[in-house]
Order: sequence, then structure tokens, then C-alpha cells
Amino acid sequence: MTSNKQNFTDRIWDFFCSLKLTIITLLLLAVTSIIGTVLQQNAKPEEYIREYGQSNYELFKTLQFTDMYHSWWFVGILGLFSVNLICCSIKNFPRAWKFLTAPALIAGEGTLKNSANRAEFTSKEDIQQLGQRLAETLGKIFAKPTLTEENGKLYLFAQKGIYSRFGAYMTHLSILIIMLGAIIGTVWGYKAYVNISEGTSTSQVWPSGSNVPLDLGFEVRCDDFRVTYYDGGRRPKDYKSDLVVIDNGQEVVTKTIEVNDPLTYKGITFYQSSYGTAGDAGFKMQVKIRESGEVLNLKATQGQNIPLPGGYAFAVTDYTDAYQSYGPAAQLHVSTPDGRRGSPFIILKQFPQFDEKRDGNFSFSLVGYEEPAMYTGLSVAKDPGVWVVWLGSFLMVFGSCGAFFFSHRRIWICLDEEKGKTRVRIAASAHRNQPAFSMAFDEMKNSFAQTIENKS
Amino acid sequence: MTSSFFFNITTFAYFASMVLCISYVATRSKSVATIARVVTLAGFTANTIAIGLRWYESYQMLGIDGRAPLTNLYESVVFFAWSIILVYMLIDFKYKQPAIGAFVVPFAFASMIWAQYSLSSAIEPLVPALQSNWLTYHVITCFLGYAAFAVACGVSIMYLIKIGKEEKHASESPIGGILGVFPSTKILDDINYKAIMIGFPLLTLGIVTGAAWANYAWGTYWSWDPKETWSLIVWFLYAAFLHARFTRGWVGRRAAWLSIIGFAATLFCYLGVNLVLSGLHSYGGG
Repeated sequence: MTSNKQNFTDRIWDFFCSLKLTIITLLLLAVTSIIGTVLQQNAKPEEYIREYGQSNYELFKTLQFTDMYHSWWFVGILGLFSVNLICCSIKNFPRAWKFLTAPALIAGEGTLKNSANRAEFTSKEDIQQLGQRLAETLGKIFAKPTLTEENGKLYLFAQKGIYSRFGAYMTHLSILIIMLGAIIGTVWGYKAYVNISEGTSTSQVWPSGSNVPLDLGFEVRCDDFRVTYYDGGRRPKDYKSDLVVIDNGQEVVTKTIEVNDPLTYKGITFYQSSYGTAGDAGFKMQVKIRESGEVLNLKATQGQNIPLPGGYAFAVTDYTDAYQSYGPAAQLHVSTPDGRRGSPFIILKQFPQFDEKRDGNFSFSLVGYEEPAMYTGLSVAKDPGVWVVWLGSFLMVFGSCGAFFFSHRRIWICLDEEKGKTRVRIAASAHRNQPAFSMAFDEMKNSFAQTIENKS
Repeated sequence: MTSSFFFNITTFAYFASMVLCISYVATRSKSVATIARVVTLAGFTANTIAIGLRWYESYQMLGIDGRAPLTNLYESVVFFAWSIILVYMLIDFKYKQPAIGAFVVPFAFASMIWAQYSLSSAIEPLVPALQSNWLTYHVITCFLGYAAFAVACGVSIMYLIKIGKEEKHASESPIGGILGVFPSTKILDDINYKAIMIGFPLLTLGIVTGAAWANYAWGTYWSWDPKETWSLIVWFLYAAFLHARFTRGWVGRRAAWLSIIGFAATLFCYLGVNLVLSGLHSYGGG
């Protein structure tokens, strides 16, 4: 009964430790991730229904395909992946740790006889003297050795690159750290947005997917927003907002932000994200009453009905900087006292007399144009987990390079007496990239041979 | 002389190099292999000069708005060709197996032909979203990684061709004919692994620099955008490949297939996402 239980837990443990599980979860993550790149994520139900039909939408909903990267099953695979990673590391780490804390200072007969890289020499020199000289050579060409005497034999051991054995564990740990950072960001951070009109300030932002505003605890004012263009074109060069942070009535930070250059205050970062017009363009108009010759100076915003004498009214309906080659132009119409709208006509700023030729009770000229006020659209993010993610990313790059580009290389030398002579046996191993190490070892063999011959 | 002149030379040299590598496989002539190496190096030099000149030309055209030539599809494709040849030459220097060129240089040649015949080579100023130093680091690390995967894919194809024949002729002594000049399956398997070992940390670094940049520009380091997701898919596939090496039943054929599928996913991540799917990462599409 107990052994059965033992067997069962063993089997579960083996399952979670197995590399096959690693490969299968990795492939499963790869394949399932495709869904979310083909099917739009977090769109409105209507859009799914329009494109795929009602029944398919319900299927997507059940399978959580519409937000699949946060679905229970995708998070579940990630969880399984993490458990697998942890179990594998727990299982194998002690072995790597032992290489560090209890290196094999003494080569066993098996190592000396069966190593892929080995050499054997004999010498008339005595064990101690030759051992010292070999230790010196080894220190020069490879690494400083540790000497151990046992049963009249002298053992030398030297190693390099032991830390590359930990590269894989560091990479595994880094994945968990990145996940931790992501969780911290989700729990204690937020993503929001806010639109601020030029000249106004706000202390509230709107978290994505929520109708409840969030208090910043300070105010942000936008003094100006502008788009700059590359010379001779309509290709935008920069979107810039002049922002001021006001905390406790004090202007504490002033910065012009642009795309790729945000502002951070108290862990909250403001990114240039969008822009638009807040309010309407303004027009300064001169209206001449035909009959009397009287001239009125009026102000109008786009779409606004402005009364004229005798119950008439007019409205500016459109504006352009460049009407063909005639420069700025506005489109307007006049309404009669009974509310009938006349046909639209165009006036040109550069030709104030132009409208005089038109029939009607009034003639118009455009004196000035005021750009509509702009608002700047800011993404607002707070993510206390981001530094944890960077730490994990750094460890991942560092760990994977360590794991792939370095290897743990070890050299053992055993000196003992055989038939009145000193026998020198050398064995060497690398835990990765053996062919390159074999070539290096062949060269080292020559150095050992020289050291031994010099005195014998 | 202009960059486009040197790009023409590059395309021609990669074509010649491809033909020479294939004729080496057919003739086994050592001198053909040597000429192939010289031509490849000449093409790589022309490619390097062309990219350098384009960089210089961007400053001539745009003044202070000049930038490293890594900003649109055309520029990325010619840089991809450059990276493939760089990684190939490193592998060739170490393993001295010119037959591999017949399966790797075509990737570089195809890239150059595509860039020159159907992509716009106009030098245009950067949109605001791309005006960042992260751009250079992100693009260079990603493409060197992609190039290593291209080499691994070419080698895997050779592996699959050769192992099929090897298993049929199991009892007989060395295989003659064209496959005789192929490196042994053991070496092909080793090169496949080495190339992915180079590519994987570079891809990791490419994803990390991309995430860092996204965080700096948009305030979120990961938004499951199709480009991001596909880069992660590629990462998962090669991670699976690397672990397959230690697992019985997954070495050899399956590993070679994983490497080929990995590169197919890489190509989709690079091109497919921009041409087929939509998302935040649309700069490379035009």
C-alpha cells in the first residue's frame, strides 16, 4: 500500500520533471498563441457577430478566444509550464550545486581510463617534483590546480567555467521573475488615458475598460500641443505637448513630451498618444450690407448661426488652408428670415473683394482665422512591476549566453609509481562543446609532454 | 558611386556565390569552393559598403534627420541578407563545409532580389514612433537572430536529405555522388544546434529590447500585439528545440523539422505579420 502510494507520487513527480512535458507545453503555447493573432482580441461583441455569426461568437466566448491570453486555459498552460520549470530545476540543481561545493578533486580510475580526452606519460622524476612542475604548467595554460595526496598518489585538479552550469537555472529563474513582474504590474499598476485641452488641467485619468475615473493625487496641465512637419510636406515629424505637473499648488515638473519621450512623476508615466481638436475654429468676418454700405465686424465659430440685420443669418460650414491656388477659403451660407437655407458659396481670404460680385443682400470677407483649440491624448501608466521584468530580462539574456557560450571544463592529473617510474595520467572533460575542447586539449597535451621531458 | 550601385553588385555576387556553391556540390572541386568563398566575401563587402553609403545618403538627403538604414521593409530585407551571409561566413570559417552555402546563400540572394525588384528603396524621414535609439539595437539583434535561424534551416534541410539516404544505405560504405560532399549528419546536426545557440540569445535580446522600447514609447512592455506574439511563438519553438536536444526520441529528424518549422515561423513573424495581419508594428510593411 505504502509502496503503491510512493509509486504514485513518484510518477506524478516524474511527470512534472520530464523534459517531454517541457517540449509539449512549449509547442502547445506556440500553437495556441496563434489564435489570438488571427482573431481580433477584446473587440466588441457586434464585431465578432458581424464577421463570424452568432453561434461562432458564442463558441469563442465559451472558449474565451476573445481574450485568449488571459483565458483560464492559456494561463493554465503557462502555470503548467512554470510548475514543470520549477520541478526540473529542483531535481537537477543539487547536482550542479555539488559541482561547485564538492568538486571531484580526485579522478577515479574510470575517469582516467575512459575519458574522451586523456593522455599518459612516464618519467624518472619523482612524484612530488614533477607534480609541482605540472601544477605550474597547468596554472599557466589552463587554471590553478588543487593538489591532493592519497594512498601515495598525487592528484591535480583544475577547472574553468563552472558557472556556465548555472546558466540554465538562471534562465529558468528569470522566466519566473518576469512572470512575477507581470503579476505585480497587473495587481498594483494600471493603464489609463486622458485627454487634456490646451490651457486646462486635470487630476483624473480613465483606466482602460472602466467608466470610473482614477485620482492621480496631483494635477497635470497641458500648456500647448503642436504637430511639426518635415520640410516641404505633410509628413509629421513630431507630436509635442508642453506638460506641467502641479502638486499641492506648486508647479513641480515642466516637460515637453513627445512620442518616445514621456514624463514620469511619482511612478506614473504620461505618454504622448493621440491628439484632436477641442472646440471649433474661429472666423473673423466682415459683412457688408449691400443697401446701406454699412460694414459689420463679426466673429463666428464653425457651424454657428450668426444673426444678421433683417432676420437673416449666416453660418460658416467649412474651411481650408489652400483652396486650389487661392489660399485660405471658407464656405458659408445665408439663411432667409423664414429659415430657408441659401446655397453655399466660397469666400477667399486673399481676395476680400471677391464676394462683392455675388448677388445677395450681404457680401462677406474673411479677415482672420483662429485655429481651433487642441487637446492632447495621453496614455497614463503605472507599473511597479516593470523593474522586476527588466531584472528578469537581464538574467535571461545573461543566463542563456552563459549556458550556450561557455562550458564547464575540468582537467585531472594523477601521478603514481609504476615499475619504479612515475606514471602521469591526464583526463579532461567539458560539459558542452566537446569538439572545441578536444582541440584545446590536444595543444595542452603538448605542453604537458614538454614539461615532463625537460627534466627526464 | 551610390548605394544602389553597390546593392546591384551585392545581388550579383550572391547569385554567383549561390551558383558556385551548387557547382561545388556537383563537382567537388576545391578551387570552385575557394572561388565561391572569395565571391561571397566580395558580395558581403559590397553589401556592407551599400548599407554604409545608404546611411550617409540619408544624412545628405534629410540633413539632421538622417538615420541608420534599418527603418523600413527594403532596408530590413537587405540587412537580413547581410546578416545571413555574416552568420554563414562565421560557420564556414569554423566548419569549412562549402556545401552548406548551396542551402544558405539562396536565402540571401532571394532577399536581395526581392528587395531590389519589388520594394521601394526611397529614403524617407522617420515617423515619430520610430525616432528612438532603441530602433537600432532592436533591429540589429532581431535580424542577427533571424539570420542564424536561416542558416540552421538550410542545414536542417541538408540533414533531412542526407539522413534519408544514409538510412537506406546503412550497410554500405560512404555515400557517393552529390550527397558525398554534404557534411556528415553528425556535423550537420551540430551546426544546426550551434546556429540556434547563437540565434536564441539574440532573439531573446531582440524581444527584450523591443519590450523595453514599447514600454518607453507606449507605456506597456507587452500588449499581445500580433508581432510580439509571433516573436514569442518563435521563441517557444526554439526553446522546444533546445530542450529536444536532451530528450531521447526528439533528436535527429524531429529536431531538424523543429528547426525548419521555427524558421518558417520566423519568416511569418518578420513578413507575414506585416503583410497579412494588422497591429501596432506596421512600419515594416510599406
